[in-house]
Amino acid sequence: MCLAIPGKVEEITTDGLIRVGRVNFGGVVKRVCLDYVPEVEVGDYTIVHVGFAISKIDEETAEQTLRDFRELGLLDEELGSEEEAFARAAKAPQSSCPDGSCSTDSQFIKPRGAAPGGSEGGAGSGR
Amino acid sequence: MADGSKAGTPDFSNWSCPLPLVGYPTIVMGHGGGGKLGNELVEHLFLPAFRNAALENLGDAAVLALGSGNLAMSTDSYVVQPLFFPGGSIGELAVNGTVNDLAVSGAAPRFLSASFILEEGFPLAQLAAIVESMAKAAATAGVEIVTGDTKVVERGHGDGCYINTAGIGVLREGIQVGPHRAQPGDVVLVSGTIGDHGMAIMSVREGLEFESQIRSDCAALNGMIAEVLDAAGAAVHAMRDPTRGGLASTLNEIANSSNVGIAIDEASLPVRVEVQSACELLGLDPVYVANEGKAVFIVAPDSADSVLKVLRAHVLGRDAARIGQVTSEHKRMLVARTAMGANRVIPTQIGEQLPRIC
Amino acid sequence: MKYLTEFRNGEIAQRMAREIHSVTTRPWKIMEVCGGQTHSIIRNGIDQMLPASIEMIHGPGCPVCVTPLELIDKALAIAAQPGVIFCSFGDMLRVPGTEGDLFQVKGAGGDVRVVYSPLDAVDLAVKNPEKQVVFFGVGFETTAPANAMSVHLAKRRGLKNFSLLVSHVLVPPAIEAILQSPGNKVQGFLLAGHVCSVMGYWEYPPLAEKYKIPLVVTGFEPLDLLDGIRRAVIQLETGRHEVENAYSRVVTFEGNRAAQKLLAEVFEVTDRAWRGIGVIPKSGWRLSEAYREFDAEERFHITGIHTQESALCRAGDVLRGAIKPAECAAFGKECTPRHPLGATMVSSEGACAAYYNYGRFMSAEELASAGSGLTGVAHG
Repeated sequence: MCLAIPGKVEEITTDGLIRVGRVNFGGVVKRVCLDYVPEVEVGDYTIVHVGFAISKIDEETAEQTLRDFRELGLLDEELGSEEEAFARAAKAPQSSCPDGSCSTDSQFIKPRGAAPGGSEGGAGSGR
Repeated sequence: MADGSKAGTPDFSNWSCPLPLVGYPTIVMGHGGGGKLGNELVEHLFLPAFRNAALENLGDAAVLALGSGNLAMSTDSYVVQPLFFPGGSIGELAVNGTVNDLAVSGAAPRFLSASFILEEGFPLAQLAAIVESMAKAAATAGVEIVTGDTKVVERGHGDGCYINTAGIGVLREGIQVGPHRAQPGDVVLVSGTIGDHGMAIMSVREGLEFESQIRSDCAALNGMIAEVLDAAGAAVHAMRDPTRGGLASTLNEIANSSNVGIAIDEASLPVRVEVQSACELLGLDPVYVANEGKAVFIVAPDSADSVLKVLRAHVLGRDAARIGQVTSEHKRMLVARTAMGANRVIPTQIGEQLPRIC
Repeated sequence: MKYLTEFRNGEIAQRMAREIHSVTTRPWKIMEVCGGQTHSIIRNGIDQMLPASIEMIHGPGCPVCVTPLELIDKALAIAAQPGVIFCSFGDMLRVPGTEGDLFQVKGAGGDVRVVYSPLDAVDLAVKNPEKQVVFFGVGFETTAPANAMSVHLAKRRGLKNFSLLVSHVLVPPAIEAILQSPGNKVQGFLLAGHVCSVMGYWEYPPLAEKYKIPLVVTGFEPLDLLDGIRRAVIQLETGRHEVENAYSRVVTFEGNRAAQKLLAEVFEVTDRAWRGIGVIPKSGWRLSEAYREFDAEERFHITGIHTQESALCRAGDVLRGAIKPAECAAFGKECTPRHPLGATMVSSEGACAAYYNYGRFMSAEELASAGSGLTGVAHG
């Protein structure tokens, strides 16, 4: 139910009834309905499922996520201790969401230089 | 090659007597009747296009001189829709497909038959474009179309044009290739990028169309294969062209026939970026997508490098790659090492691979 | 492809897997609900990278698998009618009904067409005014906006020859049904990332609280899946039960407002039967009153269907994670990918099909005793 892939919007027009985009997926271009993503503009990336854009990709968050992924596991290799890795992971910081019951969006271990076990984590995605 | 989808009238300028055909812009039942109309089709369309001595005798059978040696024979029918697609048409497929079946069997293809089943109302201009493309493909492959047939079915009882070709080739001395000859330790090579043809067809298929630069890889491989056999001879244990069902089906067949396992490395599979993107869009796996201008080689390990070199030096083998090896483990199974370093079994697909939403 | 390929980096994936190994001290059972995630896990071998003590249970997030048998039979009946163009996503074509599947209907002369988008079906209706065009609208919340737009456009264009055969199912009630079923072993969930991109994840904090269970919004690429699993494991190891968003580049708390607006107009909540599981109250969507005229079930009035599930098929138990495919008596014998008895053997992300392919690697004993069932695979 979930095959949706990222593409770049190259052109936006209308067919009289709906907002239509020409979206480029790695060299393959398809007509996509953009009615559900009114905020998406030419040059933006969007996730497309069965011919419909259902979400804009927040590029800043994407880049940050990748940076965090690249860091992951690197510190382990330096410190080499399972207990320490566990302790760091356990102290994942909380952060807010509207009803206060969910965890932070992006709370990876801070890069080298942060106090051990005392990371505040990254800020939320800021959307 | 003329693009029949935008075909205008055929070029009659070098035909001996084009007037009768000009009067019939579409195929009618009479063209299959063996009478005057059918003869004119042969005289003014097939003969000029395929031009060779054996054909021009116009006997019921072609008389051929083949010399000594064993013969290989192959036949295939071509029913592709649409008839014209990016990078080719049913015409090239019909010639190259049979040429390739002979070539991967270790034979030098020489002669082809071509039988047409046409639908009443089929535009003559499209037939001319198809025939022209067959003539070009045959010339490139160095084969002659020496005999043929035309039948016409009533409107609504055919898809415009079906073609059957049968081919004869002469087996090379000392070469014994077959899907049963793969041995543990052999290297698996593919001559180029996979999935081009199937995705080119998909790109113009109603309900699934998309814009891209993807073109069918349809090509005659006999020249390239001859060079490989010149270089490596009996070190080539098996060759196949991975058409319907793609690379996965071909490797599964070989694994089954030879009772061995085949292990491939996904990261080494050559796939064009756009083909990969189109597959992502539709939820397809390139290993199952058809190819019409690629060959898989199972080669003794000591000769793998020289075969790869020969392939890469050939215009049709520039993207050739070593993709895996034959093993005595996991017999009769094709296993791929994923980019994650894990293993996944690639089974033979059941039926046609369909686009998915899940 | 940008924002896709980067999340498939094998080297980073292996490091992430090592991180998971390093934080896991106890056995855990985690379920991914979405079929697309199951597909990605199996296709990339993600579960092979995990510690043996972590078992990924493949949940019922596959619309192919859970579309009720009765609806499949209605689809077959409608598709067989002359004058009908029956359009569907490719996934549904080989799902077995009581007698045959859509592929067989096509073979017998039915006009069955695979399309990429429901909008393609609307186009067909416009181009073929003398035919009735029916679109098989299956899916979870991810696909519902597309189906909603198709009937909305049909209505705006005044099309009289377009209808939707609806089988929409919702994720949160399914998760709750699993958590409530006796003998439930699932301890944490990966939430379906694209479903959440439409619906947001505001529905989940009450579930996390009520059942004391971690819920992690997760994407589909290997790095996303490993990250979701990592976070779920860390929560389990530390006794936390919160909702986390591990797919924040695409998913927000509120979700897609524009889509939710049209969904509320076109659909209304209803009870739904899930194939193999049974009726889950308020777990599906049907067309609202204003759009009921486009409902194919009402337009075609199919009667006389005798629905009969195979007596041997245990797809429902597999979907709930109650048994592993190899524990079904028919597995590999009467039921194989070539002759599937139930939907979990048809679909490429159906648990049974996946185990069938991998199971040839291992003996039955190994399969039964292995944690995720997929460790200790032969070397490539």
